[in-house]
Amino acid sequence: MTASTVSPPQASPGLASRILGTPSAGPFLVLIAFCVIFTVTNPRFLATHNISIILQQTIIVGTLAIGQTLVILTAGIDLAVGAICVLGTIVAGKMVNLGYDPVLSMGFAVLLCSLAGLAAGSLISGLRLPPFIVTLGILGILTAALRLISEGGAFAVRDPFLGWTGNTVRASGFVLTYGVLIMLALYAITWYLLNQTKWGRHVYAIGNNPEAARLVGIPVRRHLLSVYLLAGFIYGIAAWLALGRIPNADPNALQTANLDSITAVVIGGTSLFGGRGGLIGTLIGALIVGVLRNGLTLAGIDPLWQDLVTGILVIIAVAFDQISRRKR
Amino acid sequence: MPADIHTVSPTPDAAPVVLEARNLVKTYGHVTALDGVDFELRAGEILAVVGDNGAGKSTLIKALTGALHPTSGEILLDGKPIHFKGPLDARHAGIETVYQDLAVAPALDIASNLFLGREIRCRGILGSVFRRLDKKRMREEAQRAMTDLKFRLPSITNAVEALSGGQRQGVAVARAALFARKLVIMDEPTAALGVRETGQVLELIRSIRDRGLPVVLISHNMPNVFELADRIHIMRLGRRAAVVTPKSHSMNDVVAIMTGAATA
Repeated sequence: MTASTVSPPQASPGLASRILGTPSAGPFLVLIAFCVIFTVTNPRFLATHNISIILQQTIIVGTLAIGQTLVILTAGIDLAVGAICVLGTIVAGKMVNLGYDPVLSMGFAVLLCSLAGLAAGSLISGLRLPPFIVTLGILGILTAALRLISEGGAFAVRDPFLGWTGNTVRASGFVLTYGVLIMLALYAITWYLLNQTKWGRHVYAIGNNPEAARLVGIPVRRHLLSVYLLAGFIYGIAAWLALGRIPNADPNALQTANLDSITAVVIGGTSLFGGRGGLIGTLIGALIVGVLRNGLTLAGIDPLWQDLVTGILVIIAVAFDQISRRKR
Repeated sequence: MPADIHTVSPTPDAAPVVLEARNLVKTYGHVTALDGVDFELRAGEILAVVGDNGAGKSTLIKALTGALHPTSGEILLDGKPIHFKGPLDARHAGIETVYQDLAVAPALDIASNLFLGREIRCRGILGSVFRRLDKKRMREEAQRAMTDLKFRLPSITNAVEALSGGQRQGVAVARAALFARKLVIMDEPTAALGVRETGQVLELIRSIRDRGLPVVLISHNMPNVFELADRIHIMRLGRRAAVVTPKSHSMNDVVAIMTGAATA
């Protein structure tokens, strides 16, 4: 019987195959390919100021995609990302305009966003409602409520603290806003949580096989709550970043944020079925979307083509996921 | 009637009883699932539990693992009465259970699956403040456990989904063996597997017993039971009908006792 013989551990695979074997290798190659194509068609693409612009344009969707990744890893989906983020901008903006302390206003706004995430999480883990429906409902509720609060229109938010994330630092030709740095820091922290802690490993386990997770003693429902709470908090931070980019609170903003954040996550190689993928892929996915929009604009192509190409990319990414899933 | 009459044990009768149940009763309304069943598992043995559908096998096992509360009767672990409030209690007491369906997370690697829910953190400030997992140590311990169990697997860093069904169940069995301090309960562990894969898992169950952990094996598969078990606990109508050994009785005898066509 083969089972009774002890095999030596297999030789570790070569570096090349290890790199190709990592889940973010595919998206990374796509990103490089786009960069090469756009550099060939327009050398200005690689200029440091253009790279800086791409990064700055990526921060909102890039940050929202962190929370979206967490939710999708648990085999959920979050359609309320944009709405929760707008909740943050409107509440913070409104409070500051009413004369409240800006730090307090932003803090309260982030708290409300976290609570919105927690509310979604409670309905999903407590009542076991499908995440798709719960977050669709919250999207509807928040969108309507925010229009009522802001009386339908956008309003200017001029406050140094709320706009603080728009300040820039220069580093060897790059112009980075604080927002870019905060986004990258959020990626680093959440990556650490997902990959180096028990909490993150349990996120993957729940997305993979919730029944197995329960059987080994993971408190699945409480864990889901913590995931949605953290996602809500991240959307709140994204609201601060949004106010730093555009000093304006608009109830009709970020309407494409849901699809854009899901696009970034999916292009980045995270499976919509949960339990597979990760944040590095998402960051690359968000950059792919940013690079694509910027590169096509530089090439003077009608913006409608951007959405078309993004749509094709999403379908290819999901097709890859499905096909590799069928093989297993 | 006292069970010893039927007991012809290959393990010396002196082997201490690890897990014992006395006169367990479980009723659901008017339905009696367990009707005063006795049970004993001795150190170092594989005890098979067999019985027809509805004979009370799974109710007995659920009572022993804390998944349900018996209506009356007592359960003793190492001679001390215990009352499990739930499956986690049983696990804390050193009883691990392996289920029929493969309770693994396919995308996680073998080491992560072995330590799922019991992850080890780094020592010092990295672990206490930054909550960092000690992946290296978990990999090493996983490798050692697999070598001890003589279970042949590809690299411990492989995702479980790259394994065959038998190897996946092997990971679940190894997890139980790694953390069980008292005994392992296997509820139809090979029901979802093919013949060859079943062989791998049976081999593994035997090496768990050989390392000194007693095993309770619930199975429908008579050839497997006769291949592995030291003693066979036969359930019928919510009671223990008999305890026999593969040496003293044939498969036909056991089936006859199960169905009530014969007594031991």
